Amino acid sequence: MKLNLKHIRWSHYLNYLVIGIFTLVMAIIALTGGHINNSMLFLLEKIAVSIILAVSLSLVVGFLGELSLGHAGFMCVGAYLGGKVAAVLEPSIGNGVGSLILGLVIGGAAAAVCGVVIGIPALRLRGDYLAIVTLAFGEIVKSIFQNTSDASFGGALGLETPRFDKQYLFIFAFLLVLLTLAAAQNFIRSKHGRAVTAIRDNEIAARACGINVTKYKLITFTLSAFFAGIAGVLYSFSNYTVQSAKFGYNYSIEILVMVVLGGMGSINGAIISAALITFLNTKLATVLTGDLAVLQNLLYALILIIIVVYNNAPALKSFRVRYNLHVFFDKVVRRGKDPSHRSDDRAKWDVVPTKIEMNEILSIDLKPQNLSGDKPTHDDSKGGKG
Amino acid sequence: MMAQYLLETKDLGISFGGLKAAQNVNLKIEKNQIYGLIGPNGAGKTTIFNLLTGVYRPTTGTFYLDGEELCGLPQDKINHRGIARTFQNIRLFNNMTVVRNVMVALHNQPAYPCTVWESLFRLPRHFKAEEEMRERAKELLRIFDLEEERNNLACNLPYGKQRKLEIARALATGPKLLLLDEPAAGMNPHETEDLEKTIRFIREHFDMTILLIEHDMKFVSGLCDKVTVLNFGTVLAEGDTRETLKNPEVIRAYIGG
Amino acid sequence: MELFLSTLINGLSLGGIYAMIALGYTMVYGIAKMLNFAHGDIIMVGGYVIYVFMAFHNPLLAILIAVIFCVLLGMTIEKIAYKPLRGASPLAVLITAIGVSYLLQSLAQIIFGSANKVVTVYDFGSVTFLGVNVQISALVTLAITVVVMVALTLFVKCTRLGRAMIAVSEDKGAAQLMGINVDGIITITFAIGSALAALAGLFYLLKAPSISSTLGAMPGIKAFTAAVIGGIGSIPGAMLGGLLLGMVECISYKITAIAPYTDAIEFSILIIILLVRPTGFLGKKRREKV
Repeated sequence: MKLNLKHIRWSHYLNYLVIGIFTLVMAIIALTGGHINNSMLFLLEKIAVSIILAVSLSLVVGFLGELSLGHAGFMCVGAYLGGKVAAVLEPSIGNGVGSLILGLVIGGAAAAVCGVVIGIPALRLRGDYLAIVTLAFGEIVKSIFQNTSDASFGGALGLETPRFDKQYLFIFAFLLVLLTLAAAQNFIRSKHGRAVTAIRDNEIAARACGINVTKYKLITFTLSAFFAGIAGVLYSFSNYTVQSAKFGYNYSIEILVMVVLGGMGSINGAIISAALITFLNTKLATVLTGDLAVLQNLLYALILIIIVVYNNAPALKSFRVRYNLHVFFDKVVRRGKDPSHRSDDRAKWDVVPTKIEMNEILSIDLKPQNLSGDKPTHDDSKGGKG
Repeated sequence: MMAQYLLETKDLGISFGGLKAAQNVNLKIEKNQIYGLIGPNGAGKTTIFNLLTGVYRPTTGTFYLDGEELCGLPQDKINHRGIARTFQNIRLFNNMTVVRNVMVALHNQPAYPCTVWESLFRLPRHFKAEEEMRERAKELLRIFDLEEERNNLACNLPYGKQRKLEIARALATGPKLLLLDEPAAGMNPHETEDLEKTIRFIREHFDMTILLIEHDMKFVSGLCDKVTVLNFGTVLAEGDTRETLKNPEVIRAYIGG
Repeated sequence: MELFLSTLINGLSLGGIYAMIALGYTMVYGIAKMLNFAHGDIIMVGGYVIYVFMAFHNPLLAILIAVIFCVLLGMTIEKIAYKPLRGASPLAVLITAIGVSYLLQSLAQIIFGSANKVVTVYDFGSVTFLGVNVQISALVTLAITVVVMVALTLFVKCTRLGRAMIAVSEDKGAAQLMGINVDGIITITFAIGSALAALAGLFYLLKAPSISSTLGAMPGIKAFTAAVIGGIGSIPGAMLGGLLLGMVECISYKITAIAPYTDAIEFSILIIILLVRPTGFLGKKRREKV
């Protein structure tokens, strides 16, 4: 097939370009002996880890429309296994690119396997039950690693892992970010990704269109778990210890905050908010010490509530339609184009029909209907029209 | 072996708890027919649709499409074998553009092979499949006069066009049998007339067999070759449309005498 | 025998606390159809309020104030965070609830600091029964829970308000058409749920007189497990699930080999129950219409 440059949507690849250039600039500064101090390097690594986590979670939350509260659990699996690989290999081949790659493969694969194992049964469940099962999974993983013997995974004290032997781990970290981004974006912008968004928009219709819902839920879940595992491996290479206590419920929520802040179904949003929150976290940690550290959690909580209520409250709908970033974007950047023309990538929650209607017992046929059956019934409580 | 009937149901029935929502339903639909399924509210019409598309598993009986037993298969498999449907309350993918709604339905066509890996690594087949799916979707939209709106969000379409889009989406899955659940609901007489033409056109152009549920008797008698009347989950009458609609029992069931 | 008896009593008393929390969960879930993640944290708030007002050395006064405070808090949360989202995607409501839970925890930590606070509400003492030392507070916990359960069941079955609640839980739209003030019913449900949470906070203080800002988080999640085991939306189910979970936890703690894995075991039970019987023991089956 001939590659037609006109048909390539350059805007789709802008994010690669930005991250690539950023990495390149930082790499040149680092490699030519420019001054980047250790805390800066560490911050860059943390940002990369957060971005991978947020992008992978946004696959499940933003595109599949299911809530996973155990994302840190998958990361935990990756971190422990990747760290173990590094610790085992260190005496023989040192702790360089070789063990990083091996660690990524093993850690990522282990997390993906966990994703399949928990996904096959759990994805049959509806929204909030699935959330609870993933939460339980995260806690189980945490508790299992906490009680391992000292020789295997270090038990409660955590696993000691050698840090990557070069200072510029962040270059590899950002290459992994690009990889994750490519995978997520390629997946979503394909017929498979379309199937996944179809499931989110209307599961019943998706089934009727011949989409194997279970298969696609599982693929998305596994892909997400795999990259969470990758993030975990990266974490273990950037730190000296891996402690399971860190990968609890709170960390999963932190990742969720990034996805929610970035906007449902927006990969770029997830990237930006992950970078922003991680940066703020680190900076705030130096300012807010001791008891004040909790202010940070307060901030998260407020962000979550305000953003979700603002984005979803039916009462605020007309306000939202008039004033939002997209409208602003359209006004400033895409002047003169028909504003009703939209790309599929972004989704607004209020037009996603509620999948769960607890008060529905049986089929519509069995419910006493009013006699005027000829009237359209699409505008019912399911909010399908939005 | 060529089956005599495109769709044949044998004693199809389902009960929820003690309630028999449908029982002993025997439909025989020939190829290229437009077949009506009518009956008062709560007669079990949509239940039959749900049984035929695999939403419910029948408690008794079975059904054959083109001689192949489909009973018990999951919904997506039944769709692959050739039954597509629309819904009483329109179910579109509201967050997607019109063209992508149709592309979703092209997903499983063997003509557009592309595995997840091929998409992840952007191998040539991915681009080929995407391009061809888009073209095919546009073609379908052109038939339904929706090409102009193809980049609009589905939820922004007017009601009549949403109905059309849903039919286009169902056709995109390449069915042998198309089930339409109250396609004319909520339409004005003019739109209904238009819809009638569209359905006839679908039969000619796609060589399609159509089973539809409808309350508008004028619409049914003008369009359907044969009808089956359901009442309380059982077949009350069946046969040629005009004769059946004159049947006193049918009239009584509707008026509730 | 003694070990068995003491485990049984410990299990029942812990189970009573779980049952009390699960009752609140089940009420809110059954009627508002939302998983109120912040429910566990209202327990913590109740505990802190008791701690503050124990300055007057009057347990009954402190408990009363705690209950009133929690009821008002629950209604406020519902009004500010959940009510605007009625009719929105369940995912959004769930995330907001998580946000509220986080908010309460961090606020408590800001106000009271991260160190545990110690307060003794009332010392019931203990009796020796068949050679086992039994805390009377454990029995009190169990007794109050049973009374509350019975009262709730009667309330829902026999009062106008209770029947309105059932109507709302069955079908909000239809209930509204029947002239029921759906918003009001949901607010009342939150008020009842929060009052129960305040009592659960009291039970925690009776069991171990120490309180921190994360007191409610874990029990909250576990009590949700209990509610699911019993069948969410079912009042006796919540009781049954709570007692079962309490027993499992106490037995697991007694067996040295699996004691560290107690949490994991409880969550595994949750996962298994959800997979095998998502409606729990006493729940009703529901399905989506097509």
